[in-house]
Amino acid sequence: MDRLLFGDNQFFGINHMSEEKARAQAMKFQDLSAIIETLDAAYDEGIRTFMCTTHDRVALICDHVRANPGRYEGFKFYPCMPYAHKYANAVTDYGMIGAVTHFMPDEGLLKTAIKGGMSLARKDVEGLATILVDMEMKMFRGLETPVVFLQNVVVDLLLGMGMKDSFRIFHDYVREKYDAEPGFITMNLPMLLDTLDELGIENPIVCANINKIGFRLSGGVEGYLETLKKRRVRAIAMSVFASGAIPAKEAIDWIAAQEGIESIVFGASSRKNIRDTKMLTDAAYAA
Amino acid sequence: MVRVGLVGLGKMGISHFSIVNSHPDAETHVCDASGLVLDVVGRYTSAPVWRDYDEMLEKADLQAVIIATPSQLHGPMARKALERGLHVFCEKPFCLDWREAEDLARLAEEKGLANQVGYHYRYVGAFQEMKRLVDAGAIGEVTHVLAEAYGPVVLKPKGATWRTDRAAGGGCLYDYAAHPVNLVNWCFGLPAQVTGTILNSIYSEATDDEVYSTYAYAGGLSVQVSVNWSDESYRKMSAKMTLTGTKGRIMADRQEIQVYLREAVPDLPGYREGWNVKYTTELSEPVRFYLRGEEYSAQLDDFVAAARGGPRKDLNDFASAAQTDRTISMMIDDSEREKTLAPETVRQAPARRRGWFGRAR
Repeated sequence: MDRLLFGDNQFFGINHMSEEKARAQAMKFQDLSAIIETLDAAYDEGIRTFMCTTHDRVALICDHVRANPGRYEGFKFYPCMPYAHKYANAVTDYGMIGAVTHFMPDEGLLKTAIKGGMSLARKDVEGLATILVDMEMKMFRGLETPVVFLQNVVVDLLLGMGMKDSFRIFHDYVREKYDAEPGFITMNLPMLLDTLDELGIENPIVCANINKIGFRLSGGVEGYLETLKKRRVRAIAMSVFASGAIPAKEAIDWIAAQEGIESIVFGASSRKNIRDTKMLTDAAYAA
Repeated sequence: MVRVGLVGLGKMGISHFSIVNSHPDAETHVCDASGLVLDVVGRYTSAPVWRDYDEMLEKADLQAVIIATPSQLHGPMARKALERGLHVFCEKPFCLDWREAEDLARLAEEKGLANQVGYHYRYVGAFQEMKRLVDAGAIGEVTHVLAEAYGPVVLKPKGATWRTDRAAGGGCLYDYAAHPVNLVNWCFGLPAQVTGTILNSIYSEATDDEVYSTYAYAGGLSVQVSVNWSDESYRKMSAKMTLTGTKGRIMADRQEIQVYLREAVPDLPGYREGWNVKYTTELSEPVRFYLRGEEYSAQLDDFVAAARGGPRKDLNDFASAAQTDRTISMMIDDSEREKTLAPETVRQAPARRRGWFGRAR
């Protein structure tokens, strides 16, 4: 994995600090051209990986990259699925069962069985999970997707419920079907790593909040650092600036000094911020 | 170790299950009437599952329950649990009849049982800071409050579930408005008078999609409630409180608090005259397990701690939720009054598109 990965929160009005800022970003990136311009700036600054949700608008970005292969040589997508809001809204609309069938492609036997309230066999549940992965992956057809992530809301929901097998199902399917490395995003890093370890998933790619002030590091900074030290893990740090609460240089220098962190995912809306982050990171890791 | 029975595997129920099941001091049983979701939980998790609530209460040897069923079932289920001496955490709104809510609050207190309702905004750092500042008199006498919530829940006419039926406890008033109303109750209690309430449909046939109301309090405080869950310009639910006082103003939402003080307050170091802004990074306490927000874990961890014999927190107890139930009921009564004055001002839901054979889509 590259040292720096470009995230997509800023494109979709997600800002953990302020709703006003989130709205300003939603306005700024209303047109696809503004998103593409920023992605181009990231590419020109040497960033080659776009870690993105499966938001409907990402499909448009994919179309653009597919249409301009010369402009994006070596450009990779790290899809993060599912786009949780899509499903959460569907659950409100159709109920739990309705939501699942809503996203299933056609009137197959499985869909009919679920709608009929039939009890599901183990292979049915696995089949269902893989159908949902395929639906989310459709938009990336023909593009490079070397790592495919399960989003944190889903990972952490399953983790808390103790539905451990689902991680194994996702892991195996992503490897087999997409020849990609499975990744897991979480807000509960130590607990997830214990669980993956139990499942025999070795040296996993995980992405979690990791920052100097311990913002949204469940259980606290010490537990995180200890876990990163003691386990074989390929960690991606997100929220390294804690939504701007930590000055950029201080934040990145601190990350560079920790063990077990392979990459940083960051979001930025301007070329200047992208360049600054790139320079700070290069400097921190050269030191 | 506390044995907790969770009933209702809907959106909130699943989230509560995940949080409480991850708690090192809790062992969770799960109950749901729908076989399919329960089947999956039974097969893929270690939680014992029950189809019938009464049977679970009888046989599972529980010490506590978490109730996340459709709202109209809350009251009867909470009563059964309390009568058996179980601690109860219930989703909001608590009871559709506020008298029942007050009864249950009394019963829980008499029996010395932990009792909480899922008004999780009281566990959000920025709103806790708002409450602290108001209580400290930072902005003097509060003269006006604007309590808002907006979000994209109902954006088109849709099929009927309990969430689209006011009689079952569904709709913008019970689902969305209850939160800002609960925050108003937290700071100022029950209003003396409720007027100008509009509970209009935008898309829903059997419930409201927008809620507006004015409260008056003894002494002159006025509150305006403005809530709409059919607003697509918001990515997700956004609740916001704006409080205007004689000595300043507070604006708080889930992420930040902006405070203007006409003068510094000695008891509040960290605040100065003029503008003060604090963000969630500074206001949130880290939690043991995180799912969608610190507040969800914090409220359930308090509940588990209380059920284990620790101190009972009254932050979102039954009595406080009963106050919100009662305020909501005042709003419904007022809106009925308003409707009779000018029935032509009540918006009708558009007809849903009909598919083949007249079946609603």
